[in-house]
Amino acid sequence: MNVLVPLPFVLPLLGAALALAMRNHGRALRVLGTVFLIGVVGSTAALLHAVARDGVVAVQVSGLPAPLGITLVADRLSALLLVVSGVVLLAIMLYAAGEGGLSAEEPGVFYPAYLTLTAGVCLVFLAGDLFNLFVAFEVMLASSYVLLTLTPTRERMQAGMTYTVVSLTSSILFLTAVGLAYAATGTVNLADLSGRTAELPPGTRSALGLLFLVVFGIKAAVVPMHLWLPDSYPAALTKITAVFAALLTKAAVYSLIRVQTLLFPRDDASMPMLALAAATMIVGTLGALAQDDLHRVLSFVLVAHIGYMLFGLALFTVAGLAGAILYLVHHIVVQATLFLVSDIMQIETGEKSLRRLGGLAGGSAFTAVLFLIPALSVSGIPPLSGFVAKLALFQAGIGAGGAWGRAVTGVAALTGLLTLMAMTRVWTLAFWRPRPPGSGASPEVREVAPRHGLRPIRTVTAAMVGSGLMLVVLAGPLSAWSRDAAQSLADRTAYRNAVLHGGEAP
Amino acid sequence: MTGAAISLVIAVGVLFAVGFDLLLQRSLIRVVVGFVLLGHGANLALLLAGGAGGRAPLLGGGDDRPAADPLPQAMALTAIVITFGVTAFLLALAYRSVLMQDDDEVRDDLEDRRVGRDREDEE
Repeated sequence: MNVLVPLPFVLPLLGAALALAMRNHGRALRVLGTVFLIGVVGSTAALLHAVARDGVVAVQVSGLPAPLGITLVADRLSALLLVVSGVVLLAIMLYAAGEGGLSAEEPGVFYPAYLTLTAGVCLVFLAGDLFNLFVAFEVMLASSYVLLTLTPTRERMQAGMTYTVVSLTSSILFLTAVGLAYAATGTVNLADLSGRTAELPPGTRSALGLLFLVVFGIKAAVVPMHLWLPDSYPAALTKITAVFAALLTKAAVYSLIRVQTLLFPRDDASMPMLALAAATMIVGTLGALAQDDLHRVLSFVLVAHIGYMLFGLALFTVAGLAGAILYLVHHIVVQATLFLVSDIMQIETGEKSLRRLGGLAGGSAFTAVLFLIPALSVSGIPPLSGFVAKLALFQAGIGAGGAWGRAVTGVAALTGLLTLMAMTRVWTLAFWRPRPPGSGASPEVREVAPRHGLRPIRTVTAAMVGSGLMLVVLAGPLSAWSRDAAQSLADRTAYRNAVLHGGEAP
Repeated sequence: MTGAAISLVIAVGVLFAVGFDLLLQRSLIRVVVGFVLLGHGANLALLLAGGAGGRAPLLGGGDDRPAADPLPQAMALTAIVITFGVTAFLLALAYRSVLMQDDDEVRDDLEDRRVGRDREDEE
């Protein structure tokens, strides 16, 4: 059963190697990519089952005991995120395969890079020590640099440069933080560190905590470290933006949750993090309201909603963490869906600028429905999954956050309304009004139309909307699972025992 | 802390300062050089994290002096490989952007400027 733990990132790496070997066979690559991602989803589901049965599962790679060797850990939080990411990665792979257009131009690059990205994302969720976490981020980001600059245009090269340099800066800071943590404690194993950071002088401890907050804050696009995201994500091919938006920032949020709860636990809400969360929500939604490019609107919505997850973490209560976990799951699915729908909108009209989009509701009612459901969900309209996740966060904020917690809950509610306003703006401009004159003739029109027509990509997008709705159906078990996950994050003993003492209490 | 360690600490500080300064310039090649310097700084910091130096950490060296901590060395090696690969990618990116726009300056973002101009027009 322990062999299950490394499978989610060993499988796609193997797939990437195979894909490189047969990079000239477009059709075979599509089959290979899909088969390997189905394998990833299967192995993560089996891992979820194992974690549900046995609690935290830890594997010491090459058999060296815990603080010395490389440790891989799967607990409730990472198992849940692995399954959700696996499903989203598979859906977007199917979307790319069904589209057959742009990805067919450079399939020999797209498929290996995509599979490596999958491996990196899975390794982030499984890493049990800081240095391994750094390597996982590098694997994930290195393939994302390649994916972002696929089929280069001038705009894409510039966005790629911004994105690469900002990511690398945060990676260098990450590496320095790992070095400093090692200098202060003599270990990089997360479970081992969780015991030793408590003995550090308070100054060293908060300096390390802040450094990690900045490192993951840049990667997660927390305001004021978000400026790179809306400038770079929209330039990529839309399906790639969908993967990035769904998973890369969320991997950073996951790492932030993991490091802060394990290394720097506290009993009260963290003021700086509450302030950052509020700023992220407000700046993000106001940005979404100001933008004209549809992808930029969605990118700012992404920034805003990172604030919700940070809010849940900043409360440092079980309820807050549970809310943040629910929000992570909801947002991974819904953000990917929104980007996929925006790609379909772009194919149908040849436009992605809101001032030139129009008349979509008359032409294709199905696309309108596909957009409306995730748009309402991300704004938090009941009974969709956004409402369930927001409700959990609001209850946590009002329940235990004190005056500041209640204030940020107010900000979060306002952000929900502003998101609704941004989404309504897209709805009225793109769907409801008649097509403006000159629409469809913009120079930024999508380069290549999908080869197999709209049917396959619409089916995949509809399936993604369906999985968003499934989150509502499963809201009960999902809430219970995230409460248990949050409980074990706050408690820490199960995690430490599994890593350091082979599962038994010391 | 020995004199050698202190001079290394100062070197880390200088590398970080120069690296971040270069990173903020408009010319892409300076950005790449800045990143390389930052990488060196971070790797030196990693090495310093291992504490005092010593003999090579090999089994059966036949030497009684205390061995140096091998873990930061292993981490620095991995980090060097990663920064090497990424630097190659950055250089390729900079070269591509020279080919595409005839200079290696980072431009202002067009969409940002357009949104800003729209707001001014409305006022």
